[in-house]
Amino acid sequence: MPKITMRQAITDALREEMLRDDNVFIMGQEVGVWGGTYAVTRGFYDEFGAKRVRDTPISEMVIGGAAAGAAMNGLRPVAEFMTINFAFLALDAIVNHAAKVRYMFGGQMKCPVVYRAPGGGGRQLGATHSHTPDVIFAHFPGLKVVSPATAYDAKGLLKSAIRDDNPVLFIEHHTLYQIRDEVPTEEYLVPIGKSDVKREGTDVTIVGYAQGLQVALDAAAKLAEEGISAEVVDLRSLRPLDMGPVLKSFQKTFRAVVVEEGYRTFGIGAEIVARLHEEGFDYQDAPIKRVAQYEVPLPYSRELEQSALINVDRVIKAVKEVL
Amino acid sequence: MDKETLLHWYRQMVLIRTFEQKCSELYQQGKIGGFLHLYIGQEAVAVGSINARQENDHLITAYRDHAHAIMAGTDVKYLMAEMLGKATGISKGKGGSMHLADVSKNYWGGYGIVGGHVPLGVGIALAEQYKGTDSAVLCYMGDGSTNIGYFHEALNLAGVWDLPVLFIVENNQYGMGTAVERASAVKTMVEKAAAYGMKGKQVDAMNVFEVHNATQKALQAIRKGKAPQFLEMITYRFEGHSMGDPLRYRSKEEVHKWQENDPIGILEKHLLDEKEATQEEMDQIDEEVKQEIEAAVQFAEESPFPALESLFEDVYANDL
Ligand SMILES: Cc1ncc(C[n+]2csc(CCOP(=O)(O)OP(=O)(O)O)c2C)c(N)n1
Ligand SMILES: [Mg+2]
Repeated sequence: MPKITMRQAITDALREEMLRDDNVFIMGQEVGVWGGTYAVTRGFYDEFGAKRVRDTPISEMVIGGAAAGAAMNGLRPVAEFMTINFAFLALDAIVNHAAKVRYMFGGQMKCPVVYRAPGGGGRQLGATHSHTPDVIFAHFPGLKVVSPATAYDAKGLLKSAIRDDNPVLFIEHHTLYQIRDEVPTEEYLVPIGKSDVKREGTDVTIVGYAQGLQVALDAAAKLAEEGISAEVVDLRSLRPLDMGPVLKSFQKTFRAVVVEEGYRTFGIGAEIVARLHEEGFDYQDAPIKRVAQYEVPLPYSRELEQSALINVDRVIKAVKEVL
Repeated sequence: MDKETLLHWYRQMVLIRTFEQKCSELYQQGKIGGFLHLYIGQEAVAVGSINARQENDHLITAYRDHAHAIMAGTDVKYLMAEMLGKATGISKGKGGSMHLADVSKNYWGGYGIVGGHVPLGVGIALAEQYKGTDSAVLCYMGDGSTNIGYFHEALNLAGVWDLPVLFIVENNQYGMGTAVERASAVKTMVEKAAAYGMKGKQVDAMNVFEVHNATQKALQAIRKGKAPQFLEMITYRFEGHSMGDPLRYRSKEEVHKWQENDPIGILEKHLLDEKEATQEEMDQIDEEVKQEIEAAVQFAEESPFPALESLFEDVYANDL
């Protein structure tokens, strides 16, 4: 199987879905002539034309809302926010409109829109451009939120998201565009709402997703050198959240660490710990630890920024505390 | 305009007003909860403009939405049932007064977030342009919504993409208790449209004929010119912003002055002056409408509340 980057995997997914279904189109800032700020849609404008690859003004509110409206009226828009930080401006369009219209009108309409948004810290972009606000979006029923950690999952999840009849926020961690893994050339889908065991182990369960998952895998590899066997579970979807594989693993290891790039307070880890407590209390042999970003706006200076973010050492330390 | 059409318009206006008067009563009895925003005084806007639409044209509006739903052609019994939170309501009891929609009639609903639906209307229009149809979207909003970011982004995008949208601002002089001149740096709404390449037109919107005529022309222009259009309907709401409005921001004299131009009165007078209809004919319609509303209330009252299992239905398409 060929190894490709996550960037390529996302590009391929978009392209395949656009070729498969004429109702799929892309809209967003610099997606067309420029080729995408992260070069995900390079060449699309020439291949598909201005009708299906639509450059928008810098207008997040109407990007969020018009994509939802087009979806309500039969299309399958893939709306790109240049980064998730700018999607804050569209929060109302996403959570108060896209995620509500079906329920609020008694099931009369569906809203099959995909919002793509690169995000995350670690690139020295300063406080406003480095958020990992995934949990904010994952809070609301009516929206689905996915964030892949591998090229394989990115491709399969994005294709599922485009075919899904619900609004899906697809969060791409910008430090993962370059990672490579095996992706089949034949068509496949990865279901939304299914966690996945990415590494098997027996001593401790490490739960993560997106960039946090990659850190968890690196930590697990190092721990293995010391004879500690960590199982790594990838959430892949934050809503719907699939606790099945997490609980199953926990029932085997009795110990867990949750890794996320966002803030600890009210974060994804808080939810996972609470669920393990509620649903797996009898299996708990040690306090469950969380590894997350320190509670500061992210600074510019490289070492300073890195010191606030999650890393392999912090995960290893947490694992050793629960063993 | 033939007699039949004129009487039909009259009937629609009276139906809207009677429906809302009944709602007001039911609200005071505690049978309707939440917010209730009455359209009384503005009827000529919905009646004049929606009668000018083609069947494949779409409608979308804000929370002051009863008239648009009635004009979309939804049976008032399903609307009344929604007001009472019943399972038979048009939105299955999940939307309430502010969130009536009837997608089967191309009516995409009322929306409670000021300005939030304007981009949705633009997106609905984008889908029609994309599919290559001749449908347009009639996107209604209040004067207050022209001060929110959504409005400006939506008009700009519609202009950039030449979308088939008719933006209809119902300028009823106030956003809650704030008069237009206290909230808007420019005095007219059409000035704002100009910034986005739309010429725009102010319409005496107490007069249903003016509204109809202006809407018809604007829709023709959209279909011919393949570009959005803008209308500012000068109107007035006779009641408070919502139930329980202390009405401290305007004088009784001002209200009375506008009430002299009651849109129903204007149509009535036209019908009598032009000998298009007799008082008896109109009284007869009033009586029929009253009965229709009574029947709707009865239907709503007799309908069951939603089963509690429905709480979890329709959060997602193909529920999880
Ligand atoms: C974003 C937002 N801010 C504030 C409100 C509260 N609010 C509801 S209606 C309204 C006034 C809107 O006035 P206008 O657009 O003129 O419509 P009208 O009520 O006159 O029909 C306000 C401030 C809201 N619903 N949404
Ligand atoms: Mg107003």
